[in-house]
Amino acid sequence: MRDTFIRTLSELASTDPRILLLTADLGYTVLETFADSHPEQFFNVGVAEQNMVGLATGLAEAGFIPFVYSIATFASLRPYEFIRNGPVMHRFPVRIVGIGGGFEYGSAGPTHHALEDVGAWRMQPDLCLIAPADFEQAGSALRATWDLPSPIYYRLGKNEKAKVPGLNGEFELGHTQLVRDGHDLVIVALGGIAIEAVAAAELLSAEGIEAAVVVVASVNPAPVDDLAATLARFPIVITAEAHYLVGGVGSLVAEVIAERGISCRLERCGVRSGAHGVSGSERFLNNANGISSQALADTARRMLVSLPI
Amino acid sequence: MPTPVHDGPSPMHQQIRRIVLRESKRANVGHIGSALSIADLLAALYGGILKIQTPRDPQRDRFILSKGHAALGLYAALHLRGWLTTEQLATYCGDGSLLGVHPEHGLFGVDFATGSLGQGLSMGAGAALAGRLQRSSRRVFVLLSDAECNEGSVWEAAMFAAHHKLSNLVGMIDVNAQQALGYTKDVLDLSHMADRWSAFGWDVHEIDGHDVAAITDAVGKLDTITGPPHMLIAKTTFGKGVSYMQGQIKWHYWPMSDEEYQLAVSEIEN
Repeated sequence: MRDTFIRTLSELASTDPRILLLTADLGYTVLETFADSHPEQFFNVGVAEQNMVGLATGLAEAGFIPFVYSIATFASLRPYEFIRNGPVMHRFPVRIVGIGGGFEYGSAGPTHHALEDVGAWRMQPDLCLIAPADFEQAGSALRATWDLPSPIYYRLGKNEKAKVPGLNGEFELGHTQLVRDGHDLVIVALGGIAIEAVAAAELLSAEGIEAAVVVVASVNPAPVDDLAATLARFPIVITAEAHYLVGGVGSLVAEVIAERGISCRLERCGVRSGAHGVSGSERFLNNANGISSQALADTARRMLVSLPI
Repeated sequence: MPTPVHDGPSPMHQQIRRIVLRESKRANVGHIGSALSIADLLAALYGGILKIQTPRDPQRDRFILSKGHAALGLYAALHLRGWLTTEQLATYCGDGSLLGVHPEHGLFGVDFATGSLGQGLSMGAGAALAGRLQRSSRRVFVLLSDAECNEGSVWEAAMFAAHHKLSNLVGMIDVNAQQALGYTKDVLDLSHMADRWSAFGWDVHEIDGHDVAAITDAVGKLDTITGPPHMLIAKTTFGKGVSYMQGQIKWHYWPMSDEEYQLAVSEIEN
């Protein structure tokens, strides 16, 4: 996702000099595309995320559209108050680009696992929050939103190969993407975990269970109407996210179900406990936290068995 | 009841102090000492240094009150420049007002909202970088408190501005030697302030923060086209102009009684 995003940003920067890219000294082998083609629009500000956001705020006041880049935890959590008091309070078009949502930096350890960034940013009503599900959608989401007047947080992954079947790079602000239909249950997935959700649906289909899969990439504005329309069709709803259980797409879906009075059962799949220093591959950590394709399929089978008739 | 005072033909720094006392008394809020501490710096800035025909001009100099808790002093200066009406000023700290204790971006003449210490200098460095990228001669002024330099983010911005030689960035530190809960020497020692900024690569000047002419003269001599960013270390007295507030910790937060207000007004008028 990040390569596609930066390549797309380079193309946009060629046509609009307002676009600037700032990095807090991260992005080796990723940012060179931009830095080499637009040296006047690129700044490595050093390992100083707070200052990076402050700089972006000052630049945006003068009409620039600064993108600030780092690993998701460093880009979003270290300078949280700078983003809140800067671009968010001023309504400036600063873009926070956080790489590695969830467990993508698996063996790097818990300091690199972004498990609360979506919840933290969902709380800011004036910040647009986008979590693409694959590299194609990352590119189209950027093209659709780069010049919005509001600040934006992009939660990006590192995978440049895996595509979410049925997504075809589609993105629309404030809407979901139904990438697979079914009639037994629906899995609502946040960003990159959609690949696991579709794989889970394929496992279930082999057993005669038809699961729909919905991608939520536009987290804010929240796709409330799309979700309400979809959720109303299913007796069982499972949410899947590489994120703590509170604050992410599970919370969003629970809010929609409650506020719209939708009759269904909800199981939220996400990270339930805090970091205990355990690291490992993304696959290992997703499985350990119940958000791998196998674990999601297990959850679906368990819910179907316990569904009251 | 407070004694009515009038914004007569007196020096701008005196008018700022008069307004600070009047409005803080009317609103019954504190942060008076901090605002009085920078009244002369604000008078120098808004009385001559800042090139601002109108706050709508994109090429205007920018000003960031990084020590946002002294916003009443800024409101007074904006009022004296004609960008804030008497009616607006009278809403200070009132319900539904944009004039809170800390400055809000939505207020005409306020370039950046502040209130959380340690954020102004990095925004100022960004504004200065923007000016360079847009090939503008505009300058950016950032007024910090001394205790604000406790914040690590100030030094992140200091490193960036020096590395990129943001000569159009002018910092001012209101060195009144005290902070919310004590004197800076007792909380976190900030001695050798000039040496600290010099070591970070800034062009540093120590000035009397209550001498409007000296402040204006010091800024006038700065090279804002080439070279490093500038830091004016302004020695000030907290609560300057009101004897019982000067150097007293309680006047960081305390509002005035009627008697205290009468005494304060009589002192600044004489």
